Amino acid sequence: MTDVTTNPASETPASRKKTSLLTVDALTRKRNAAETRFKAYGVVAISIGVFFLAALLWAILSNGMSAFQQTVVSLNITIDVARLEAAEKSIVKTSKYNAIIDEALIAKMKDAGVETEMSGKDLRKMLSSGAAATIRDDVLANWDAIKARDGQVMQYDVLASSRVDGYLKGRVTREALARDKNLDAAHLDIVDQLVAKGTMVKSFNWDFILGTDASDNRPEQAGIGASMLGSFYMMLVVLFLALPIGVAASIYLEEFAPKNRFTDLIEVNISNLAAVPSIVFGILGLAVFIQFMHLPQSAPIVGGLVLTLMTLPTIIISTRASLKAVPPSIRDAALGIGASKMQATFHHVLPLAMPGILTGTIIGLAQALGETAPLLLIGMVGFIASNYPDGLADGFFSPNSAMPAQIYEWAKRADPAFYERAWGGIIVLLVFLLTMNILAILLRRRFERRW
Amino acid sequence: MNKISSFDETNDMTDSKITARNVQVYYGDTHAIKDVSINIKPQAVTAFIGPSGCGKSTFLRTINRMNDTIDICRVEGKILIDDEDIYDPKVDPVQLRAKVGMVFQKPNPFPKSIYDNVAYGPRIHGLARNKSELDEIIESSLQKAGLWAEVKDRLHAPGTGLSGGQQQRLCIARAIAVSPEVILMDEPCSALDPIATAKVEELIDELRENYTIVIVTHSMQQAARVSQRTAFFHLGVLVEEGLTQDIFTSPRDKRTEDYITGRFG
Amino acid sequence: MADHIVKSYDEELSALAGKIAEMGGLAEVIVNNSVSALVTQDLELARQTIAQDKRIDDLLQEIEMRLIEIIARRQPLGKDLREIVSAGRIANDLERVGDMAKNIAKRVIAIDAGLNSKQLAIGLEHLTELALNQLKRVLDAYASQNADMAAKVQEDDAEVDAVYTSLFRELLTYMMEDPRNITQCAHLLFCAKNIERIGDHATNIAENVYYMVSGDRLSEDRPKVDELGDKVS
Repeated sequence: MTDVTTNPASETPASRKKTSLLTVDALTRKRNAAETRFKAYGVVAISIGVFFLAALLWAILSNGMSAFQQTVVSLNITIDVARLEAAEKSIVKTSKYNAIIDEALIAKMKDAGVETEMSGKDLRKMLSSGAAATIRDDVLANWDAIKARDGQVMQYDVLASSRVDGYLKGRVTREALARDKNLDAAHLDIVDQLVAKGTMVKSFNWDFILGTDASDNRPEQAGIGASMLGSFYMMLVVLFLALPIGVAASIYLEEFAPKNRFTDLIEVNISNLAAVPSIVFGILGLAVFIQFMHLPQSAPIVGGLVLTLMTLPTIIISTRASLKAVPPSIRDAALGIGASKMQATFHHVLPLAMPGILTGTIIGLAQALGETAPLLLIGMVGFIASNYPDGLADGFFSPNSAMPAQIYEWAKRADPAFYERAWGGIIVLLVFLLTMNILAILLRRRFERRW
Repeated sequence: MNKISSFDETNDMTDSKITARNVQVYYGDTHAIKDVSINIKPQAVTAFIGPSGCGKSTFLRTINRMNDTIDICRVEGKILIDDEDIYDPKVDPVQLRAKVGMVFQKPNPFPKSIYDNVAYGPRIHGLARNKSELDEIIESSLQKAGLWAEVKDRLHAPGTGLSGGQQQRLCIARAIAVSPEVILMDEPCSALDPIATAKVEELIDELRENYTIVIVTHSMQQAARVSQRTAFFHLGVLVEEGLTQDIFTSPRDKRTEDYITGRFG
Repeated sequence: MADHIVKSYDEELSALAGKIAEMGGLAEVIVNNSVSALVTQDLELARQTIAQDKRIDDLLQEIEMRLIEIIARRQPLGKDLREIVSAGRIANDLERVGDMAKNIAKRVIAIDAGLNSKQLAIGLEHLTELALNQLKRVLDAYASQNADMAAKVQEDDAEVDAVYTSLFRELLTYMMEDPRNITQCAHLLFCAKNIERIGDHATNIAENVYYMVSGDRLSEDRPKVDELGDKVS
């Protein structure tokens, strides 16, 4: 700028100096330098992004992968039908089973050549407090088969307690145990020996993926399966409500609605709805669906309805954008040979907009899948997901949780063993989201490749 | 001193396919077409020329009521096709558009096969009772559009895979497949190279025998080449209409003269 | 008329008009010179005139080249088209006018003896004056794009024809009076015919100017009398 004002006469084209293309002048050099700098900023920005992504992934994987492994002890239990029947008749049934476990554990340790002076009850601290219930559930479920095998020895894999598990995964140290009343160093010596003998092993934790939530003091039993089902039923509700309603609304608004102040207002409101915090939808759901319409609390149907409300604006906006992106020449072409507006829309515009609509819908679903706040308000809290739903209707109407709410629930519990599960839950959730995104890409490719 | 005027003064109502009387078109507050009256002859090509924004395309679109799709557009006056007012409330624009086909500026085949492109019109209008009838319609339409020889071996290839000129002829085939009486063409060659343009112009000349063709064009040379009559629009007004040779050699109106000789744009 | 948006087109057209004007001026000059040479028996002037006609032929070629170039590059329409087509025809007429003058000049050399009768020369000069006036007016009409003036020129051609007819009779009389005059008079008769043809070319030009300016054709059903006194329709 300054060189222009200082000597304006020399800048007029008539008196322009003859210059060589082979020498780069100062202005060009400055411009090129600015461009190089800008490119460098870009690279730095991307690098920061990639670094954080890597850090996040590393944190998630390093904290969460261990949730997919669980320490188990295999016990050989001699089936004694009379004893089992007696246990079933007593008042505190699991304690009888505990006695059976104690014996089996001591026998196992003897086999392994581990010497200890601890009592069975004390030794049992190494196992999950749910171990007895696990065996009893199996016995009750297969009672006829068990009776037939009276006197035989059956092998049961019983979960180790969360502290033993933590010790093996390096989460719990001997020093930390000094302050722990549940377990002491002697236990850990036994654990080390059992591991060396191969009696105590870490195996893949199907229960984490398929199981239900467990109470505060049994983190080793907690699984995300039930809330996964909860999420699944909610997504079904969202898909079957939000997709048709959203697409129909978009087609009407984009292709048929008269452009007037009223439709403008609707348009503005839809855009605004997309920006409303999800917790607002939660409180709306609580007020309308539960308090006014008396739908069951904590049920996936209500969660689905709330998430539908939340997803609709996203679907409508993306659908309208993809309808708008269809070139008007296609509409003209159809109208020009005498197609009605509806024929033009459904025969030509909609198929072309389909990839965009599907992508928008799946992105909307993914967003809904990861939503936590509104679910907390309608009572879909984590600890509810401790039972599987019975059948389809129950899946929609009985209380359940959803994956993100479950993760939140675990993250706020005191026991550090739950912390590991929260990270593990996040991995499961991310796998789901990744799958949905890949699905979106595949669908888009498939529809676009038609021509 | 007698002047011999080569102008024919015979453009009366008696031989007119399309008759517009005092047509006004408004876009919101804008008066886009001002009091246009014109007779368009059957079995002839009529060209609309004029600078951009002069209303020639707008007027063209009133003839098949494509302007209906624009909310703020309002049409007054009368447009008669075979003495029937197409703006009569009893007229369904969908039915009208089957009678008055349209070809657009940009070739706009549907992203479907060549066959489906041509078949779409007959299908939605129920013109074919069975597959073989439909095949017949498609073959004859493509033949009339001079495209049959080029595409007969790949009818099921996508229409969008053709060259620009072929696409435009496909669009013309699509338009004639519903056997219209009038074909409107809105700058049909503006996106084509000279060879493709020549092919489309040759096609227009052939189609003239059976159809009434109205073509909007920015190229005066094209109007001169393909049309029998030419109408010049300026600022929403029909300035002059007459035999093409007269319009391009000795126009009556100074505005026409200035426009065709390149004195204003 | 307003200028073209493309300025070089205007320049080409006005250069063309300039060439026509130059050709017209030259045609006037050599017609004048050829008749002067005839009247004064100036052989030198006659030779000069013949040489000058070459220049007119060159101009015609140049104009034709320019026309073709403009048609190829500008695709003229409307007034421009009429102007260009007319320019070609006018140039052709002017070239014919030049040929007529050349023909007269050649006869000067052929006669190679003084005119016997001053009377004859006066009649010829009068005819020439009229024809030249026609040519001059039509060139003015072309330069000023005046259709009315061009129409007047066409109308006035009848006068040239009338004077020519009377000169024709006069020459016939001379030939009948004295057969020795026949050679000279025959030459003079051809000269007079040439000058009458110049008038006709001026009329052609007038018709072209009229068409160029107005876009209409002048009707040709004006009274036209040939030298035999018969009406030619």
